[in-house]
Amino acid sequence: MSTRPLRILVAKPGLDGHDRGAKIIARALRDAGFEVIYTGLHQTPEMIAEAAVQEDVDAVGLSILSGAHMTLFPAVLDELRARGGGDIPVFGGGIIPDDDRPALLAAGVAQIFTPGATTPDIIDWVRASLRPRTI
Amino acid sequence: MTKRDWLERRYAKTPERPVRFSTISDMQVEPLYTQDDLPADAIDRIGLPGEFPYTRGVHPGMYRARLWTMRQFAGFGTAEDTNARFHFLLKQGQTGLSTAFDMPTLMGYDADHPRARGEVGREGVAVSTLDDARLLFQGIDLSQVTTSMTVNCTASVLLAMYFAVADEHGVPWTKLGGTIQNDMLKEFIAQKEWISPPVPSMRIVVDMIAFCAQHAPRWHPVSISGYHIREAGSTAVQELAFTLADGLAYVQASIDRGLAVDDFAPRLSFFFNLHNDFLEEIAKLRAARRLWATYMRDRFGAKDPRSLTLRTHAQTAGASLTAQQPLNNVVRVAVQALAGVLGGVQSLHTNSLDETLALPSEQAVMVALRTQQIIAEESGVTNVVDPLGGSWAIEALTDRMEREARAYIDRIDELGGMIRAIELGYPQKEISEAAWVYQQQVDRGEKTVVGMNRYQVPEERPLDLLRVPLELEGKQSDRVRRAKRERNAVAAREALARVREAASSDENLMPPLVAAVKAMCTVGEISDVYREVFGQYRDPAWL
Repeated sequence: MSTRPLRILVAKPGLDGHDRGAKIIARALRDAGFEVIYTGLHQTPEMIAEAAVQEDVDAVGLSILSGAHMTLFPAVLDELRARGGGDIPVFGGGIIPDDDRPALLAAGVAQIFTPGATTPDIIDWVRASLRPRTI
Repeated sequence: MTKRDWLERRYAKTPERPVRFSTISDMQVEPLYTQDDLPADAIDRIGLPGEFPYTRGVHPGMYRARLWTMRQFAGFGTAEDTNARFHFLLKQGQTGLSTAFDMPTLMGYDADHPRARGEVGREGVAVSTLDDARLLFQGIDLSQVTTSMTVNCTASVLLAMYFAVADEHGVPWTKLGGTIQNDMLKEFIAQKEWISPPVPSMRIVVDMIAFCAQHAPRWHPVSISGYHIREAGSTAVQELAFTLADGLAYVQASIDRGLAVDDFAPRLSFFFNLHNDFLEEIAKLRAARRLWATYMRDRFGAKDPRSLTLRTHAQTAGASLTAQQPLNNVVRVAVQALAGVLGGVQSLHTNSLDETLALPSEQAVMVALRTQQIIAEESGVTNVVDPLGGSWAIEALTDRMEREARAYIDRIDELGGMIRAIELGYPQKEISEAAWVYQQQVDRGEKTVVGMNRYQVPEERPLDLLRVPLELEGKQSDRVRRAKRERNAVAAREALARVREAASSDENLMPPLVAAVKAMCTVGEISDVYREVFGQYRDPAWL
C-alpha cells in the first residue's frame, strides 16, 4: 500500500458564487498535508466527475450553499458511476438542513458536514475515513 | 491628567482579562479614547448632519424627518409565491420592496436549461420571461412603492422587464423609484455571479447609468455593494475600501463615456453589511460618507450635494448567523441593525433567524421586520440626529477606518484601477486571506461564536423551515417553453438580432432590450447573446 498523500478534489457545483467555505476547506486540507485540486465555481456534475476521474482522485468534497444539494449530490454520484469512478467517495457540506442528511447518506454520500463544522472536524474525518484508492 | 498619564499611572495597574481586545476584523482597539486621540481639525472633519463631509449623516433631520426604508429582501419559488410574500410584507408595514431572484435568473439561464436543474426558485424567484415579471408585480402600484432588484450580470434584462411592466401599468418611467444592484465589479471580487469578463460587463453597467440618467431619473442604476465583499470574509476596512474603489471606478467609467458627473452621480447608491462588531460598524458607515464626499469633490469636481452624499442601504450579516441555537440570531440581528441606524443608513434589511438553514419562513420574517420597528419606534435612538457623533471612541475609530481604507484605495490606484486590480486577483486574494485568518481564530476558539464554539447545547429543537417544492421546477420550465411556443417567433428573432447589433456596436443596449423583452425574448436568450458577443468569464479558482 502506498504512503502517498490523499488526493482530494474540492468542487463547487451549481450556479451560486459562495466559495468562501470551499476555499477555506481546500486550504485547510492542503495545509494538513493532502494534495488538493480545486475546481473553481459553477461546475456541472459532469464536469466534476470528469475532473475526478481524469485526476484520479481519492475523494471528492462538494460545497453546496444553494439549496440544490438534493439534486446535485446524487447527480455527481451518477456521473462518477457512469465514468467508472463509482468507488470514489463523495463528501460535502454547506447549507444543508439536518433533515436532509439521512437521505443523502442513504444515496451514497460518505459524509455531510452541516453549518458549524470546524476545519479540524473535517480534517479528522478525512484522516480517519479515507484511504488512497488502489488502481 | 493626559491619556498617556492615565494609561501609565492608573490603567497599567488594572489587570486585563486574558483576551485579545480586537474587533471582529481583528483591528486592535485601545482601552480608552479621549480628546487626545482626535486631530486638531477634528471638529471640521466631523462637521454637522447634512453638511460636508457628511460624517454625521446625509440629511440635516435624519430620522426625525423620515425613518429609514424598511426593506426586507424576498423571493422564492414562482412569481406568484413571491408576489404573495410582497403583499404580506406591505400589509405588515414594510415600506419598500426588495426582490431576490433565483440562481438561474441571476446567471442568465432559463428555468428549462440543463444548468438550472435543482436551482429553480430555490434561492429566489424564477423569472425567465416578461410573463413572470408581470405576475411578480401584480397588484402593486409601481408609482407609489420603491422596488429594489438584486441582480447583476442580467440586471439590464430585468430592468428592461420592469420598464415594460410599468408601460403596461401606465406608469411613466420618470415616476419609477427604486434600485437595481447591477454592481458587476463586486461580482468579480466577491459574489461571483457573472456572464462576461470585466470590461464588457462594465460597458453594460455604464449603458444603464447613462440610460437611467436620461429616461428614469428617479431610478438608482447601481447599488455599489460592500455586503457581499464582507460576506465573502473581508474585514470591515476591506469592505469599506473595495466598495468605495468600485464606486470610483463606475464614476470614472461614466465620465469617460462623456457623462457629466453631476448628471448621474446623484443616483448612485450604496449597500453595506452590518456585522457583529458594533463600534466598528458605526465607524465604517461614518468613514464611508466622509471618504465618498471627499473623493467626489476632489477627484471628480462634483458640485451637486447629492453627488457628494453617500446614501446607503444596509443588511445585517448573513454569515454571522448560526445554525446552532438559532433564536440567538434574533439578538445578533438587533445589535447589527442598531449599529446601522446609529451609523445613519437610509434603508435596512434585517435577516431572519432561520437563514443559515433555508429561506426565511413567514414567522421569522415578521420578527426581523418587528426588530426594525422596535428600534424605530420604541428605543428612542431616532429622536436625536447622530447621537454618537463626538464620542471619542467612535470618532477615533472613524478616522482610523478612513486612513486604512485610503491606503487600500491608493494601492488599487497604483495597480491601475479596480478593473486591473480584479484581473490581477488583488482584492479577491486579500479577502480570501482575511476569511482564512478569521476561520482559524474561530476554530482555535480565539474568537467566540456563541452557541457554536462556546456555550453549546447538546440537543437542539429543529425549526420549521420553509421548503420550496421540487415540483416547481417542472412547472416553471413548462411555463417558459409555453411562452416561447406562443410568442410571435419572427418578432422575437428580430428583436434578439437588434440586441446583438447593439451589443456589437457602441449603441446603448437598453432600448433594444426593452423591445426584446416585450417581444418575449427570455433572460436566457439575451444572456446567450452576451455570451456570444462578449465572451464568457470563468473562475480563475485562486486559492
